[in-house]
Amino acid sequence: MRFDGYDTEGFYDELFDPQGNPRPGADLLIQRINALPESELQRRQKAAEGALLNLGITFNVYSNEAQTEKIFPFDIVPRIVQAKEWEVLERGLKQRISALNSFIDDVYNDQKILKEGVVPADLVLSAEGFRQPCIGLEPPCGIWCHITGTDLVKDSSGEFFVLEDNLRCPSGVSYVLENRLIMKRTFPMVFEACSVQPVTDYPSRLLEMLQEMAPPGVRAPMVVVWTPGIYNSAYFEHSFLAQQMGVPLVEGSDLLVHRGEVMMRTTKGLERVDVIYRRIDDDFMDPKTFRADSMLGVPGLMKAYRKGKVALANAPGTGVADDKAVYAYVPEIIRYYLGEEPIINNVPTYACWRDDDRQYVLENLDQLVVKAVNESGGYGMLVGPHATAAEREEFARRIKAKPRTYIAQPTLGLSRVPVLVDDHFEGRHVDLRPYILFGSRSIYVLPGGLTRVALKKGSLVVNSSQGGGSKDTWVLNTEGGTSSESMRQSQEG
Amino acid sequence: MLSRVANSIYWLNRYIERAENVARFIDANFHMTLDIPDSASDQWQPLINTTGDHELFKELYGESNRESAIEFLVFARNNPNSIYSCVRAARENARSVREYISSEMWEQINTFYLMINNAAREVSMDLPHKFFVDIMNASHGFIGITDSTMNHGEGWHFGRLGRMLERADKTSRILDVKYFILLPSVDYVGSSYDNILWGALLRSASAFEMYRKRHGRIDHKRIVEFLLLDQHFPRAVHYCIVTAMISMNNITGSPRGGYSNKAEQSLGRLLSEFNFAALEDIFNYGLHEYLDSTQTRINAVGEEIQEVFFSPQFADAVPEAKTLD
Repeated sequence: MRFDGYDTEGFYDELFDPQGNPRPGADLLIQRINALPESELQRRQKAAEGALLNLGITFNVYSNEAQTEKIFPFDIVPRIVQAKEWEVLERGLKQRISALNSFIDDVYNDQKILKEGVVPADLVLSAEGFRQPCIGLEPPCGIWCHITGTDLVKDSSGEFFVLEDNLRCPSGVSYVLENRLIMKRTFPMVFEACSVQPVTDYPSRLLEMLQEMAPPGVRAPMVVVWTPGIYNSAYFEHSFLAQQMGVPLVEGSDLLVHRGEVMMRTTKGLERVDVIYRRIDDDFMDPKTFRADSMLGVPGLMKAYRKGKVALANAPGTGVADDKAVYAYVPEIIRYYLGEEPIINNVPTYACWRDDDRQYVLENLDQLVVKAVNESGGYGMLVGPHATAAEREEFARRIKAKPRTYIAQPTLGLSRVPVLVDDHFEGRHVDLRPYILFGSRSIYVLPGGLTRVALKKGSLVVNSSQGGGSKDTWVLNTEGGTSSESMRQSQEG
Repeated sequence: MLSRVANSIYWLNRYIERAENVARFIDANFHMTLDIPDSASDQWQPLINTTGDHELFKELYGESNRESAIEFLVFARNNPNSIYSCVRAARENARSVREYISSEMWEQINTFYLMINNAAREVSMDLPHKFFVDIMNASHGFIGITDSTMNHGEGWHFGRLGRMLERADKTSRILDVKYFILLPSVDYVGSSYDNILWGALLRSASAFEMYRKRHGRIDHKRIVEFLLLDQHFPRAVHYCIVTAMISMNNITGSPRGGYSNKAEQSLGRLLSEFNFAALEDIFNYGLHEYLDSTQTRINAVGEEIQEVFFSPQFADAVPEAKTLD
């Protein structure tokens, strides 16, 4: 299996430079793969897929009744992030999340940024993710977005941009950890040769961060992960994280509020819960505060939260900063709260509620990506260059009808990574979702993250619900560093 | 531990045990009918009776023969106690407590399910023995993995409690159904068929070899004694109840011989019944009646476990609206 004849086709490739030479740090990987006997890579790819199936590392597909579980497709060629690139990303993500946290806190308390007109108040207060009941909330340590999974993309110039801030319940980190495990099992030699930063301690760091949030005076806090249940598409991840942290995985029916405290039903009676890592939307958490028809929720939870009897991660209401309309203002938000220039830029964004921008968008629909501000998962999106005239017309109509709900961005030539296709390699577009833990003492960025890959030829949509897959992401150590991940593995035996 | 988690662990063990028992019943029956071609046709109905689902079977298939019986007991999606349905239910339960059980346990159940789910009927029935042995091995593998990878704490004891109650129930059922079919053949003591038929009953409980070591000659009373009252054979009803009681005491923290809730009390009563039972008394009482009453009492324990541990009403759990704050 060789990379001979692999063509970057004018895109930025994460493993090869435009001349077709391996990028620094990728040469060892490519040498090793080139040296594998014929069809060995395919065999390992199959073995990896088989392992994923046996481990039941699957996600549920809502619209597909007969077969409700699928493996998240996995490609065996890792994506490499250079140490220098990573150093910038790490700083940029810490900066961005600090600013966004300040923004959320401000929006639900003093609203200074709105009063000063830096971000239009009507835009924020009308955001889908804005929660009136969160006004006046003071979450422990002033932290709202404890866990974030920011979507980054790289354009043809090689620069990273932030595509989306996922501040509610970002999923996918379990695939990062399982992909790494599978890669270490199926590719030990290659792994050893490269010097890759470890991701395995994410669950420990997550647990520590959650424990720090416990109400004051609680010595051995009871932390739980709250899942909507086994039919949720991310159920695997919920149970995986609970298992890796060694904490109970609860459903709404396991919890109740008793004498003002949150309790869980055990075989020996009620037991107090101190910190909830909730993987359920704001709307379903408490029927007394949010949607009254929620069957999944715990009546009275928000009252207990407000009184500081229990901590929630993430805090409710963080979705306000996740709104794609608010996204357009993040550079301003960073300048406002931190007095710094953004380290990672936004993708240039046209806000359809501004007359000039809307005019430009309507005239250039064939070159832009249009996104509904309150949709995610690749839904409600128009990829202009790939759309039919009828689809573009439909979006033009929608934009004129509801300008507040649309933004547009130039179609980026997303960077690519080789994937194994039958007996050869082809380039496919990728994004990158690093995970950030915002603790009371420090902010931690998991070195790596989820590289999602659009497995359909030419496609730019990486979402798992739309034919996306994933790859292991290797963040290299600075030159001369040893592979702490492989050392760790050999210590484990 | 969470009541819901305890419930799932208890049931996933019951379902795995149930699937294993059905596989063993069919396998033993298969072998027997190969040895006794003439009697083949009327040996499948009793097997269905053993599972207690004869009414559903009649509704779905009517007449029993090898094909319909195997379809119903192994593959049928619409029979909640078919091997397929049991393994599927076990997996669904395991999935909901995946973070609690060990990864190894989950992987074993998941591959077990994938094996059954992918099993094509024709191919499986080409080499039925191998197919059923694979199922039994998967179950044994699960028990072994559970024992060696999971803390022997509360959750583990709930699992074993479920497994032991299920096994006690199944052994008593196979004995009940088979004994009365085989009884006429007691008149032909010494015929070669007789040994084959009684041997098949023992094999249905994996008891043939252990019985031989203990009692040697095939004797129907000794067989009943072995399957019901033996304290060392792991599929004997008595053994199962003893083991269930140990797990129950571990869960509640009650001392041996004591009880702290009604499930534990009922199980304790059943245990002392078995502790002091004598074979002659059982026959005087009527074997069928005795087995029937045992099954009823095991069921009652199951229902009480449900009530006490899995859906408890907390006396102190007043609705939030009524609290003062």
